[in-house]
Amino acid sequence: MTSAATPSLVLQHTGSDWALQGRLQLGELDSVWQQARQTLQPGDVLELAGLSHCDGAGAALLFELQHRGIILRGLAPDFSRLLAALQPERALPASPAPQCLNPISELGRLVAGNLDNWRTRIAFVGALLLSLRNCAPQARTLRLREIVRLCNDAGLNALPIMTLISLLLGIILAFQSALPMRQFGAEVFVANLLGLSLIRELSPLMMAIVLAGRTGAAYTAELGTMKVNEEINALLTFGIDPLRFLVLPRLIAVTLMAPLLTVFAELIGLTGGALVMKGFGIPFSTYFSQIAGAVDLGDFASGMIKASVYGMEIAGIGCLFGLMTGNGASAVGHSTTRAVVSMLVTLVVTDGLFAFVYYQMGW
Amino acid sequence: MTIIEVRDLVCRYGTRTILDGVSFDIHQGDVVTILGGSGCGKSTLLKHLIGLIEPASGSIHIGGDEFVGAQSDTRQRILRRIGVMYQSGALFGSMSVLDNVRLPLDTFSGLSPDAIELIARLKLRLVGLEDFADLYPAELSGGMQKRAAIARAMALEPQILFLDEPSAGLDPVTSAGLDALIRRLAESQGMTFVVVTHELASIQNIADYAIMLDRSVQGIIATGTPAELAGHPDPIVSGFFLRKAED
Repeated sequence: MTSAATPSLVLQHTGSDWALQGRLQLGELDSVWQQARQTLQPGDVLELAGLSHCDGAGAALLFELQHRGIILRGLAPDFSRLLAALQPERALPASPAPQCLNPISELGRLVAGNLDNWRTRIAFVGALLLSLRNCAPQARTLRLREIVRLCNDAGLNALPIMTLISLLLGIILAFQSALPMRQFGAEVFVANLLGLSLIRELSPLMMAIVLAGRTGAAYTAELGTMKVNEEINALLTFGIDPLRFLVLPRLIAVTLMAPLLTVFAELIGLTGGALVMKGFGIPFSTYFSQIAGAVDLGDFASGMIKASVYGMEIAGIGCLFGLMTGNGASAVGHSTTRAVVSMLVTLVVTDGLFAFVYYQMGW
Repeated sequence: MTIIEVRDLVCRYGTRTILDGVSFDIHQGDVVTILGGSGCGKSTLLKHLIGLIEPASGSIHIGGDEFVGAQSDTRQRILRRIGVMYQSGALFGSMSVLDNVRLPLDTFSGLSPDAIELIARLKLRLVGLEDFADLYPAELSGGMQKRAAIARAMALEPQILFLDEPSAGLDPVTSAGLDALIRRLAESQGMTFVVVTHELASIQNIADYAIMLDRSVQGIIATGTPAELAGHPDPIVSGFFLRKAED
């Protein structure tokens, strides 16, 4: 009954010396370690003959005490061997001092890092174009079966999520627009609004966001894992260009699938809108004829051009960050996060550029 | 004193029996190698011994406690008695070598951070990596990663250290250095080492005792010191030591 209350390791004063008694082991060390630091002074003698057990952590405490100038006495030969293995005659190397943050050098490092990033991106685009040009005369050497598989992954397998998002987008837009427009008796023009916004802007953008999260991130993780496992190095030592073997098929697949997914998203979004407008008393025929009158081929083409460019950007960024992955599992996660953020920023910036260019061109 | 006691262990993957009726004892302080050709069940046996796989039947006692079907408390108590070095090292890539060793101490020891750091640095000194404490695993060579993994496995002062193929992927010189380290640790720390390996040089350098498995018997074909196994009458056993290919 008393054993639970009695500490199995005790540091006590015995006349002019100190004595450590009991089991000097990891589970018992905490209080004694603190007590020893507070009470023992350099030159004190610590009697250790009362130790019944000592493990490596206990030997670490003895190491510290010996370095503080405490005289250890009476350690059993078995335990002396443990202490000797720690080479107590040599001090441990000091921990590196924490670096002070200098705002100017941090700013410089940030700017240099960003410039380096952009240099890498530009070099990647150049290498990719070169690779594309080199394989253009011998298109048969591209892995068509792989491209078909990638098209299937990026396109066909994305249809369920695209259906859900596009349908809800169409329904929500129609509802939100129809309610205020009904006050002016203009609910029939919701069809014009939906047609223009979905075909020119929202469907390509939503498609790109889904593609970035679903396919672009997967490309980064896949290529990043290949880099960590040295599969990329294996390709290089075979003399196979990773850009041509891994990146080009993905770039082609996503660039082909992005416009098709956008068309699909537009149809589903407009259908969602039609269902809502039916509830507002607008027949399907009226709804679709309004859209046909409001949207021309230029609007459709502008959406398709955007979608293709978004597709290229997503595949390119996904693959680039995959190939830039460092070492270890955490590097893959880090690369994937950076890739998705970069894709989203690039998509928004590109969308802004498109808006400016289309405005200048009168589209 | 027996620290590991295995009785009638049967290991199956689906309907395929890998080990059938394996029994052996391992004594405290010994360096024991589990050896055999590829596919004989060495790694499977190790996974059972460290509790990663439950056997189809049989018992495994570690330090007197039954590991098979153990409840959470008993399981934790047994896990505190063992340390494992995996074949790849399995160091956490996002942490420095020092932090890898600190992790189990931070989680379980209850000591102050500076005491933990001292213990972790001394563990690294034991394996000859004290000057590499602040590097990341990716910055270390294969041999260094294995040394760091041994230091991490020793962090909580286990009684038994399991090493899975410590020499795999290492050159003979590095491998011999690691063997010497294992021998030195066994002698200075008094731990029991269970080393799964098929490297003859390692077996002869480190083992007090060897347990040889073979696919043909789905279990142990011979036990003894490396010298005894090398002169074993069974041609499969002696052939392994003479590097003869199996039929």
